[in-house]
Amino acid sequence: MNFVLSDDQLALAGGIRALCSGRFALERLRSREGASRVVDAADWEELGRAGVFGIRASEEHGGLGLGMAESVVVFEELGRSLIPGPLVASALAAGLVDGALDGTVMVGSVTRPESGMPTLVANLDSLGILVVVDDEGLALVDPSSLNAKPAERSLDPLTPMWVVNGDLPAGKRIGGPEGAVGWRYGEALLTSAQCVGLAAVSLEMAVEYSRSREQFGRPVGSFQAIKHMCADMLLRVELARVAVHAAAVIADDPEVGDPIRAMAGATLLAVEAALENGRKNIQVHGGMGFTWDVPAHLYLMRARVLEHACVSGESLAETVAKNL
Amino acid sequence: MNLRYSQAEDEFRAGLRAWLAEAVPSLPPKPPLGDWPARRIYDTGWQHKLHEAGYAGIDWATSVGGRGATPVEQLIYLEELERSHAPYVGVNFVGLLHAGPTISVEGTPEQQERFLPPILRGDEVWCQGFSEPNAGSDLASLRTRAVRDGDEYVVNGQKIWTSHAEVADFCELLVRTGPEDSGHRGITWLILPMDTPGIEIRPLRTISGTTEFAELFLDDVRVPVANRVGDQDDGWRVTMVTLSFERGTAFVSELFQSMELLHDLRDASERSGHWADPQIRRRIGHLGAELDALWALVRRNVSEAGQGTVPGVGASIFKLGLSELRQRIGELGMDLLGPYGLVWDDIDGPWSSGSPSSPDSPGSPVLRSGELVSTWVHGFSRTIAAGTSQIQRNIIAERILGMPKEPRR
Repeated sequence: MNFVLSDDQLALAGGIRALCSGRFALERLRSREGASRVVDAADWEELGRAGVFGIRASEEHGGLGLGMAESVVVFEELGRSLIPGPLVASALAAGLVDGALDGTVMVGSVTRPESGMPTLVANLDSLGILVVVDDEGLALVDPSSLNAKPAERSLDPLTPMWVVNGDLPAGKRIGGPEGAVGWRYGEALLTSAQCVGLAAVSLEMAVEYSRSREQFGRPVGSFQAIKHMCADMLLRVELARVAVHAAAVIADDPEVGDPIRAMAGATLLAVEAALENGRKNIQVHGGMGFTWDVPAHLYLMRARVLEHACVSGESLAETVAKNL
Repeated sequence: MNLRYSQAEDEFRAGLRAWLAEAVPSLPPKPPLGDWPARRIYDTGWQHKLHEAGYAGIDWATSVGGRGATPVEQLIYLEELERSHAPYVGVNFVGLLHAGPTISVEGTPEQQERFLPPILRGDEVWCQGFSEPNAGSDLASLRTRAVRDGDEYVVNGQKIWTSHAEVADFCELLVRTGPEDSGHRGITWLILPMDTPGIEIRPLRTISGTTEFAELFLDDVRVPVANRVGDQDDGWRVTMVTLSFERGTAFVSELFQSMELLHDLRDASERSGHWADPQIRRRIGHLGAELDALWALVRRNVSEAGQGTVPGVGASIFKLGLSELRQRIGELGMDLLGPYGLVWDDIDGPWSSGSPSSPDSPGSPVLRSGELVSTWVHGFSRTIAAGTSQIQRNIIAERILGMPKEPRR
């Protein structure tokens, strides 16, 4: 047993981090706040060239031929860097939708809501294909066929939302119910990995600020009230990260654990960590945390977006309880 | 990154499991919690069996008589002992996890030869003389004085939280040899034979009603200088070595116990009807997710230890997470008991009937209501003993996150 990242996995993470801090630096991303297209086609193809959408696709089909373990390593980095756009849907669609893997087609997804409930779709203007997920399976929908209105303002300024009028079209069915099960499972793991990244950055920002901000003649980070908050933030990050790593290893090698229980538990802890660390980061920053300029809020708002991208139906905690 | 055990690890597990399947059922009944002389006989008897089978000092180096197992094998060992409901390390704790490892690293060859084999065999029992009434979290402020007199130290002072002192043969004792205000620079680590004249032991009654701890009063107690581990005034460094062993895999057994307890509570909640309440289901599921994550964290820490990465960092995180979680499992047990938790007596109910939760673990007991009460009450000690949760958070913030230190002496 060797439950630590391999050298190759570390190198993969390092490569993605370099790409993110270069082309997708936060200042550049922030210049798109509130725009209806936050990532352009060239950005998306760049992510495709880096292999982000084809991690698990075989090499003969242009993918990296790796596993879920490598996928969560990459997606934690994408989460850290607040990379916007339908990353998870496009990665899951590789092999199902032409052009998803190399990033020439941006694929989004949405869960079909219960009848009578309004539907929100993210990044609609940029999408080439929309995957609609329901209990029957997956359906491909032409995004331009939707009768949808852009939201005046979206909670996450880097995730523009559209409100759909009426029910979603039936679309073109691909596969049966098992397709939806697999999609939701992969969606939960990749989204959880992004949440770990968000939670980690929220902690790092809080610690850095608490070291430099002085009150009462000393750094606020020397006070236990702040320290203990940060220690709890680290506990959340560490538990969420190992849970996501374990769930991914089990996804690749189902004999070493219970894939459903591991996925549900990891998702539960990762979403909680992203939300709670996002809140605490704002608190540690004091008044500055409530300003638009300080990006603390962006990590919390993204956590809200991701929460709804992977939690649907039965509560994750109940799934764990039933599979104990 | 993988969670697969190697063939050698699987073989180690199989051999241990086969031995435990014979050894555990042949044990006498467990003595009552408060009967320390009986507990000493029971716990040291088990240690003797482990020693005969080659499983004593699993984590100790072979050079000092241990098995020199890899970190992963140590984990398998703890997992299999828990699975077979083998006795807890009990009165052997301080010897096997504190004093022994410390002497094996810091002791002289004579001390190693004298003190280590009896610990491994279960012949001698140790207790801990670290904390004092005015030196708890701030251990370095301890005031028990030792004054050199020829080949001996003359020790005067008071210690507290000394588990099983009345049945111990030796005490790992921290004393002040430097000036009163010397802090961590004036401390010395001594081996105190418990039959030395001048030691008075007074049991402390805990909130669970048992006498798990004692106070030690030391009045002109003479300790040979030959019993000093490390140099005079260098005891703080030795103590940090001691505590690093405690924070290794010392709490892993408790993780397995907690998971088994949660399984049993889940089954009990189905029998009692509490399962129909989604809030109860979610509490159980959340606790389960956290326990699974702590188990993953243990395997991460053990894998890092196997690569030579210094442990300790992950250990504080693990200790904080597990002890806080343990309390919440205790609360769940009390909530399931309802009014039946108002007495320590075992009362029959949905929790105590039905089949054991894990058919593959032989002898899995059904829950006793009095034990659930005990689990809840004992939970309060978890976030205090071996470094309070607040001290753990300080350690995490200052040593892992690099946050500024608080002003201290």
